Amino acid sequence: MPKKHYLNATYGIRSWLLTTDHKRIALLYLISVTFFFFIGGFFAMMIRLHLLTPNGYLLSADTYNRMFTMHGVAMIFFFLIPSIPAVMGNFLIPLMIGAKDLAFPKINLLSWYVYVVGAAFTLYSMVTGGLDTGWTFYTPLSTVYSNSAVAPAVIGIFITGFSSILTGLNFLVTIHTMRAPGMTWFRMPLFVWAHYATSVVMILGTPVVAITLALAGMERLFGLGFFNPAMGGDPILFQHLFWFYSHPAVYIMILPAMGVISELIPTFARKQLFGYHFVAAASLAIAVIGFLVWTHHMFLTGQSTYAALAFSFLTFLVAIPSAVKTFNWTATLFGGSISFDTPMLYAFGFLGLFLIGGLTGLFLGCLGTDIHVHDTYFVVAHFHYIMVGGAIMGYLGGLHFWWPKITGRMYPEWLARGAAVVLFVGFNLTFFPQFLIGYLGMPRRYHVYPPEFQVYNVMSTMGASILAIGYLLPMTYLAWSAFYGKVAGDNPWPATGLEWKTPSPPPTENFEVTPVVTWEAYDFHNRPDLGLDVPSHPAVAPTHGHD
Amino acid sequence: MHRTGSLYGQFKTLEQQKDSASLGMWIFLVTEVMFFGGIMLAYTINRHTYFHAFAMGSNTLSLQLGGFNTVVLLASSFTMAMAVWSAQSGKKRLIPIFLTLTIALGFIFFGVKYIEYAQKFHHHLIPGRSFDITYCVNNAEKCEDISAKDMDIEREEIAKAQAADPDLNSHAQLYYSAYFGMTGLHALHMVIGAGLLLWLLHGSLAGRFTPEWNTPVDIVGLYWHFVDIVWIFLFPLLYLIDRHK
Repeated sequence: MPKKHYLNATYGIRSWLLTTDHKRIALLYLISVTFFFFIGGFFAMMIRLHLLTPNGYLLSADTYNRMFTMHGVAMIFFFLIPSIPAVMGNFLIPLMIGAKDLAFPKINLLSWYVYVVGAAFTLYSMVTGGLDTGWTFYTPLSTVYSNSAVAPAVIGIFITGFSSILTGLNFLVTIHTMRAPGMTWFRMPLFVWAHYATSVVMILGTPVVAITLALAGMERLFGLGFFNPAMGGDPILFQHLFWFYSHPAVYIMILPAMGVISELIPTFARKQLFGYHFVAAASLAIAVIGFLVWTHHMFLTGQSTYAALAFSFLTFLVAIPSAVKTFNWTATLFGGSISFDTPMLYAFGFLGLFLIGGLTGLFLGCLGTDIHVHDTYFVVAHFHYIMVGGAIMGYLGGLHFWWPKITGRMYPEWLARGAAVVLFVGFNLTFFPQFLIGYLGMPRRYHVYPPEFQVYNVMSTMGASILAIGYLLPMTYLAWSAFYGKVAGDNPWPATGLEWKTPSPPPTENFEVTPVVTWEAYDFHNRPDLGLDVPSHPAVAPTHGHD
Repeated sequence: MHRTGSLYGQFKTLEQQKDSASLGMWIFLVTEVMFFGGIMLAYTINRHTYFHAFAMGSNTLSLQLGGFNTVVLLASSFTMAMAVWSAQSGKKRLIPIFLTLTIALGFIFFGVKYIEYAQKFHHHLIPGRSFDITYCVNNAEKCEDISAKDMDIEREEIAKAQAADPDLNSHAQLYYSAYFGMTGLHALHMVIGAGLLLWLLHGSLAGRFTPEWNTPVDIVGLYWHFVDIVWIFLFPLLYLIDRHK
């Protein structure tokens, strides 16, 4: 390991809490989002334990409402949305494009503090009565009728939104203005493209949910009326505004994970990614079309059938770029020299689970089937396949892949492979039965259910327990390996990105000399510096001209 | 060290630094457009559904005070533009003068806004239990700031509006919610802007802004103009509904 690197450049709590180094801020984010992941996981465990029996002996109905609401709030706003962008994006984007830091390092630190302040408000709401509106905060329940601590939670999420806006803004400017010489737009790793698209969604979507929650907050706190039916307002308007952000927010969660997969697959298949330009363009297409599908959450609100038809069509349309990516990843595997290291196991897990999650999304976008499965466990299973099977698989795959870069040390490989398998099994056992009970008609968010669904619920709770072990394992051995793991070296895999051309862990200024990029992304064939035994001419995928 | 206009460590050239700062501010303004866009959408839909109530609500605002504030803000945009121009052309002595003028105009705006808000409390125009859109018409003696002639017109208007919309009083609360929500958020942006201007004033008195390096003046200027433009939309949306007679 290098003698001086970003972790030991300076010491003391102040050098961490006042740091402007994007790598240290990424670690601050890593600690905070992990904290929220376990809070959200605790709520999930309570839900699953309660649902072991049809009558639910563990929690009262009111407490159950609070559990699933706070599970959603903690996981979506405080874990999934910041997870890959604020941790890995923060750490890697400057390294990947050959910059010394993000364009605005102080704003980057500010974004973390904004996150912490928002998190404090939300934690306050959780310990002073909790929240029972569902993570969607539908009015007038959230503004008039709920007796739970809605106001501090809304304020907390409003504030945290600005952390996401600042991160997106920082990424966009950095990608535009900070690329190293030779790092053209089409030489950028697809991880960076995915974050570019994610940032666009953060910039355009987050302010809308901010104003929506601000309006709901003003209704609740000051008695103003925007959606309040007592004054003639329309609660459906709240749903439109809310989903205008919250559907694209799904892409804030999944696009960065797709970016991670686009890094893992070429690296562990030793092959240039098939159809680079299409995968880059697919990210942008998802970001753009993702803004035009929001009312598919509202097919049953009595909206015009013709509007629903249009939104159903657009929902099918947004599946196309995702499919393009999935086909390109699989095509990359073809003829590749594949190894089954832990990150690749997560990538395979992602491919399978995202496929199921994505295709069941089409069932839901389809007007007829949506009426049947709307608000059932089918929906719950669908979005967990995307968010856990997709986003968290990507997150963990990326964390393992870049862990040697972040800490300079390797995690224990066989233990990690075992954990990846445990996680995959636990995940499927938890959520696949939910497709079945959802299809059979078990509604989501109910604290009791008919006895014939018990066997599926028991399976699901068993799976959740296995899943919990699957999360605790990496948490433990990653923390252990940060101190005691085998020293990794600069490029252990080896991989082609710029981040691997600097020592692990990197120095504070990232690169001693500004790198000059002369190669295409994932080009294993023309990189003798990697010491790989690959022919110098491409075997299957031809490289083509770039600007 | 950056305060003297030198380069931050992450950039290679001053030009790159300036480009990044302005791009960052423009992107931030895009988020602001989306932010105000949400409340304007809520306003538009409610106004479309309850036009009579919104027109009635608009008629209870003071056109004089609103118009005066519009002129004040336009003037502040001018002085802000002059401050940016002074910084860019190296007229160091003029920068603090124009900044002070901009801040002063901002505070005049706040003062007028305060008078307007206070009136609304006296006129029972705060959404809630005691909201009464007809209050001034029925209690002329308590609304001395409205002339008798205006009151007559208003009486007529209200009778007409109530005939068209029996639940006028509820729906007018939607108008006043939009009014307080929109002008409140706008005022909050101006408070932040005033804080930024004070910070610039401090910097300009220390002579930090030169033709080579005046990025803060430039981007705070962008922000201030944006906040003014928001008002240029709010004024007709809130004050000028159905005022053409």
